[in-house]
Amino acid sequence: MKTIWLPLGFIALIGLLAAGLRLNPREVPSPLIGKPAPHFELPLLHEPDKRFTQRDMLGKVWVLNVWASWCPPCLVEHPVVTELAGSVPVIGLNYKDAREDALPWLKRNGDPYQFSVYDAAGRIAIDYGVYGVPETYVIDQKGVIRYKHIGPLTREVAQTRLRTLVKELDGGG
Amino acid sequence: MIPELGQVALCLALAVALVQAIVPLWNPASAALARTAAQGQGLLIAFAFGCLTYAFVTNDFSVQYVAMHSNSALPLHYRVSGVWGGHEGSFLLWCLMLSVWMVAVSVFSSHLPEDMAARVLGVMGVLSAGFLAFMLFTSNPFDRLFPAPPDGRDLNPLLQDPGMVLHPPMLYMGYVGLSVAFSFAVAALLSGRLDAAWARWSRPWTTVAWVFLTVGIALGSGWAYYELGWGGWWFWDPVENASFMPWLVATALIHSLAVTEKRGGFRSWTVLLAIVAFGLSLLGTFLVRSGVLTSVHAFAVDPKRGIFILMLLALFIGGALALYAWRTARIGLGGAFEPVSRESLLLGNNVLLVAAAGTVFLGTLYPLLIDAVGAGKISVGPPYFETVFVPLMAPALFLMGVGPLARWKRASLPELAVRLRWALGVSLALGFLSPLLFGNWSAMVGFGLALAIWIVSTALLTLKKSLRQTRAHYGMVVAHIGVAAFVVGVTLVKGYESEQDAKMKPGEAVELAGYAFRLEEIASVKGPNYAGAQAKFVVSRNGKPVTVMYPERRHYTVQDQVMTEAAIDPGLTRDLYVSLGDPLEGGAWLVKVQHKPFIDWIWGGCLIMALGGLLAASDRRYRFAIRERRAAEAAA
Repeated sequence: MKTIWLPLGFIALIGLLAAGLRLNPREVPSPLIGKPAPHFELPLLHEPDKRFTQRDMLGKVWVLNVWASWCPPCLVEHPVVTELAGSVPVIGLNYKDAREDALPWLKRNGDPYQFSVYDAAGRIAIDYGVYGVPETYVIDQKGVIRYKHIGPLTREVAQTRLRTLVKELDGGG
Repeated sequence: MIPELGQVALCLALAVALVQAIVPLWNPASAALARTAAQGQGLLIAFAFGCLTYAFVTNDFSVQYVAMHSNSALPLHYRVSGVWGGHEGSFLLWCLMLSVWMVAVSVFSSHLPEDMAARVLGVMGVLSAGFLAFMLFTSNPFDRLFPAPPDGRDLNPLLQDPGMVLHPPMLYMGYVGLSVAFSFAVAALLSGRLDAAWARWSRPWTTVAWVFLTVGIALGSGWAYYELGWGGWWFWDPVENASFMPWLVATALIHSLAVTEKRGGFRSWTVLLAIVAFGLSLLGTFLVRSGVLTSVHAFAVDPKRGIFILMLLALFIGGALALYAWRTARIGLGGAFEPVSRESLLLGNNVLLVAAAGTVFLGTLYPLLIDAVGAGKISVGPPYFETVFVPLMAPALFLMGVGPLARWKRASLPELAVRLRWALGVSLALGFLSPLLFGNWSAMVGFGLALAIWIVSTALLTLKKSLRQTRAHYGMVVAHIGVAAFVVGVTLVKGYESEQDAKMKPGEAVELAGYAFRLEEIASVKGPNYAGAQAKFVVSRNGKPVTVMYPERRHYTVQDQVMTEAAIDPGLTRDLYVSLGDPLEGGAWLVKVQHKPFIDWIWGGCLIMALGGLLAASDRRYRFAIRERRAAEAAA
């Protein structure tokens, strides 16, 4: 009896480890993926009297990038976001920030965004499950969230995940 | 040219390893050939290692591995330790350590029967061939880059530390050293001779490997303590657990080998432990190298290589377990013993240690299991480990006191009680009273201290009858006292450590545990490959100056990484620990000061354990056979 369970247990362990190799422990899934992007309506950062809602982008594939002037990693990912904005519409969500800090920040570092919406209270961030700035969402033509990245975007993620996904969605839609 | 020579040496070493693996296992009469092969292989691998070191020292950035892990501004000693700062080089170090053990076995195996020596070296040859093939096929440290970059990407700043120069070689010596116990076990299974002699041969090897593992883990923990800048000394991180599991099982193995040698018992169990201990060190290598789990220590990670290590793990350990399953019926049982006897107490110790290793194993792999079945992402943290680990270790520590005083085969419970009652009374009284000295009584601290005093007093009791004991016995006593020192450290740190975070400007002071820390000034400093800020803290107690501390915050320019270089004032009864955080507006800085009572006892305890191990391994009983044999040869 005992001679059987030992190799069996070992084979199960090897199988588990092999399965583990194909997983990425740093990837945190969002319950929002595959769901419609939560509704919001917010003033623009540059023009406070204009308002934007996620519905305005229906029919297009776009990227929502959560940023703030107080967030050093946002500065780290800024060049990658700028590159990305060359091929996909990127809309910024300025999160828990002050206009007088955010506007000079964009002036200093360049503004890759089509425009940014201004969420000083961070209210919609709760709906979107933001738990660390920066965060990046890909939203498809039907307004469904297809991908979420937590933390600064790296060139690799932007190249392999975001761009291919956007291309796929564009082609498919 | 030099890197190519290293490459050729590695290929030759693989060829020699294959010969060493195949011939002695095929024909156990060829021990002489196995010895020559092991030594030749050792020379070849050492030569390859020298070539890679040379490439590092001379800043040969045309070698990809050097370009990835070094920089011309890196100080010389870190260029040398940079050799094992990444994946390829740490595997070369692994192979080097394996060959050191092989050469040691080939030299010190003259007292073994020839066929046994041949088989042991043959099994080690199989292991070595597997790892050399792994290195050559998936992670060749000598790969060239063309065109060569003008400068390297620098060594990870976390690894630029004296502790890191020593920690990996020690830990690998321990990991790989368990391969000797493994090889002895497999050789014994192959020959069908699992007897007391086999246990006696394995014992010193296992103990020495355990010593290296102990020191390696202690160095790693000490490194995390002062280099990561949080003041923690153990995080139950997967990589730490990966080194801790083999340690627990190796500890069990040492004790179980004692029973097998003295009484011929536990044979089947001992063999299994020897296989599992090495299996866990391979598993540790896999976990660290493949990146299947997140860790603060995972510096060189590549999932593709994981497959190869996994295959080696499956082959070596699977093979050994299959052999075990096939031969286990022939192993036999050994001497009988009563429920109260040293055997049964050691069995209890074994069960507890293995159960502890099992809980660590579960906690470490559970996130992977949950993820693999698609049930989500979780992480298992210190609360789990502390909850399950302490209740398992406390009885093991208690048994540690009883075991050495009990007789083999049959002990009398009333007699044991008489011998132990004073030790028990003294340790309970002293243990539960001494927290009062710290002004803050706590049952947890009292319990921990009582256990520590219990271990020391019972260890000394074994010397009551006579001080003329074997070195092995003294080794056991010393190692057990080391465990007690370790328990004292852990208990008091857990019970009485304190810390304070503060925003400070020069001229301001914070108070902690009776010490006043005054921030004098903050100056900028420049190192060879970093720039940073250095704070000067004047520490005083009751108005009297104690020390001056200089914590730093460094920015390593090449890798663009910020590092906290904590300042520590160590002491026998307490460490003061100051780390410098981020600069704030208005010239203020975030500062964390910590007071850690008796923390150095944790590592001191580990070193005492290691010392005990060395003492035990040097017992003349293990050398006796050599002399006997030499005498026999001389007579013939």
